[in-house]
Amino acid sequence: MTENTPRASGTHPVPAEASTRLDSYVDRYAARTQGMTASEIRALFSVASRPEVVSLAGGMPNITGLPLDVVGSAISDLIAHDGATALQYGSGQGMPALREQICGVMRLEGIDAHPDDVVVTVGSQQAVDLVTRIFCDPGDVVICEAPSYVGALGVFKAYECDVVHAAMDADGLVPEALEQAIVATKASGRTIKFLYTIPNFHNPAGVTLSAERRPQILDICRRHDILVLEDNPYGLLGFDAEPVRALRADEAEGVIYLGSFSKTFAPGFRVGWALAPHAVREKLVLAQESATLCPPQFSQMAISAYLSRHDWQGQVKQFQEMYRARRDAMVQALDDLMPAACQWNVPSGGFYVWLTLPPGIDAKAMLPRAVTARVAYVPGTAFFADGFGSSSMRLSFCYPTPERIREGVRRLAGVLEQEMELRETFGALPGSLEAPRSGYDAPSSDLT
Amino acid sequence: MEGRVLVLAGGLSHERDVSLRSGRRVAEALRSAGYAVEERDVDASLLAVLGADRPICVVPMLHGETGEDGAVREVLELLDLPYVGSVPAACRTAFDKPVAKAVVERAGLLTPASVCLPHETFRELGAAAVMELLVARLGLPLMVKPARSGSALGCTVVRDAAHLPAAMVAAFAYGDVALLEQFVVGHEVAVPVFDTGDGPRALPVVSIRPDGGVYDYTARYTAGSTEFRVPADLPADVLTACADVAVAAHTALGLRHLSRSDLIVDDEGRVWFLEVNVAPGFTETSTVPLSVAADGLDLGELVGSLITAAVSRP
Repeated sequence: MTENTPRASGTHPVPAEASTRLDSYVDRYAARTQGMTASEIRALFSVASRPEVVSLAGGMPNITGLPLDVVGSAISDLIAHDGATALQYGSGQGMPALREQICGVMRLEGIDAHPDDVVVTVGSQQAVDLVTRIFCDPGDVVICEAPSYVGALGVFKAYECDVVHAAMDADGLVPEALEQAIVATKASGRTIKFLYTIPNFHNPAGVTLSAERRPQILDICRRHDILVLEDNPYGLLGFDAEPVRALRADEAEGVIYLGSFSKTFAPGFRVGWALAPHAVREKLVLAQESATLCPPQFSQMAISAYLSRHDWQGQVKQFQEMYRARRDAMVQALDDLMPAACQWNVPSGGFYVWLTLPPGIDAKAMLPRAVTARVAYVPGTAFFADGFGSSSMRLSFCYPTPERIREGVRRLAGVLEQEMELRETFGALPGSLEAPRSGYDAPSSDLT
Repeated sequence: MEGRVLVLAGGLSHERDVSLRSGRRVAEALRSAGYAVEERDVDASLLAVLGADRPICVVPMLHGETGEDGAVREVLELLDLPYVGSVPAACRTAFDKPVAKAVVERAGLLTPASVCLPHETFRELGAAAVMELLVARLGLPLMVKPARSGSALGCTVVRDAAHLPAAMVAAFAYGDVALLEQFVVGHEVAVPVFDTGDGPRALPVVSIRPDGGVYDYTARYTAGSTEFRVPADLPADVLTACADVAVAAHTALGLRHLSRSDLIVDDEGRVWFLEVNVAPGFTETSTVPLSVAADGLDLGELVGSLITAAVSRP
């Protein structure tokens, strides 16, 4: 270093004091931000965005089949003819015309709803947030399936709720497990605010609540006075049959239903909705106004135009066919390539396969090896609030081509063989490691 | 300086995310210092870009394998492109923790006792028996690390022998060879070394006190979760010893331009070498920029001085 070595110019000023935590606000954050930390696992997903990696991790809808010319023309017309309205603030509850159309969409699942009871939200993710905001105090319990949607778990954590999981099997949420969870939670003196459930083509489990169980689940919730939050983003993306009848179709007062255009049209518009009983809806509108003033008017009008001018149901059928081909490719590849000790389900819709690993294999611990082999998945622990799920993983088939899916499964099978060899060497792994800590173990929403 | 500087960041290593952040910060600092800077990932289009429009110098901010093991620098050598940082052979030595430890030990530095073993050895000889020998030799607690990785990925402090198998599996997830090292209780410090042409010089010693007691990935990259002191709150003679060790390691390993040594100062004031980084982090929570600022230096102009040194290399 010479005498002429440059001195500080202020770009990165010298700290005023010798001690620093590199965060001026470290003592001021709300308690609920605890756990919002860097995650070793989340950092690994950064590699998954590279084209060399077959990502079976993300859940981005594959919208390559959308008629972009039609969408472009509709948007162009929208701006040309209604630009002053589209680019203005709108109603906190959402556009009446779109709410009317949303009722038409829900009618496909047996729901008879009035547009006044619909609240448009910024994706159904915001609907989960608003419902939790108006119902939950810190320490309140939300019952969730085991596993459950990572985005919802994040919301419940942010509002300092306690999540109690109830088991699922191939037919979805197990009624006995639900009842047991409710009884045990109440016996412990805690307050249950609602059951959060994804009855159709579950994220991440891939299963669908059977027709036989639907009335049982509703009956249990009625008897125990538990509100149901029915999240149904994949309901129209079934492969084998007509849309499954929604829980809300048979229970108007005890169910808040959440829907979304993110999977049936395009997630970039960020439009979803909540259908709620009158009193709840009023509070949701006020909560929406305090959160965003209003859902984006432009997006709502664009979607409204798309629904009215395009054969959107035909487009959904195309999506179904595309996703079915990808599901088939994944299941075939798993059948052909994975070690016998693995188990997985064959989803009848949606985006995901839930894979259970051979005993002793930890999906989270294995992820670095998988990334080295250029394949990515989401470890099962991301979908539990209580640390379970280490022996499982979520595999997404929505985005890669069938050929890439097979290649990804081939790589994953090789990784698993190596990991099994390692576990054979070191045997059962008692106890837990001290060092690995992490905040959010799931990829961000823009990961393919 | 005329022409553009190319900052390489990203790559396919496990530390891609950290690398992107380091690259962004260095690029921003260079722009502030008046350089024309291009940021690029390392991918199949890189060579064509370098061939079509040669930068005046490359600044590799690549962490982890290919970035720190010398591979990318080897290719830059093939292209006769000047770059900031150590030459490939030195990178290979430094990035391999057991090899680097052996080199600095021969140079007279203290480094914790360690054993380096591949997975195959455990498989062939029986893991339980080998682990028993390891615990008997190194004692508890001990540190388990992948032999070649950074950002504390795959590293575990083992305080109970029952947790050693899980720690081994965690390390082997990042590579086929693991380093088991005696755990030295003490004060963790980082010491950057820069050489802009007049020989290596240590910058202020940074002390690291993670809230959770372990400077793992979360503690490294979550702002606020670690307390840093710069210069470290250690006696002057210990600070001098830390600086001397870092410079000695830099020299013994044949490093060029910059490095960061990670050290432990034990309760008796002895300085132990743990590892060295040839592409140290420059993220918002990294120690090197802290040390640079504490020394009154401008990050962009300092890296600019390294660029000048790289370009004027005979």
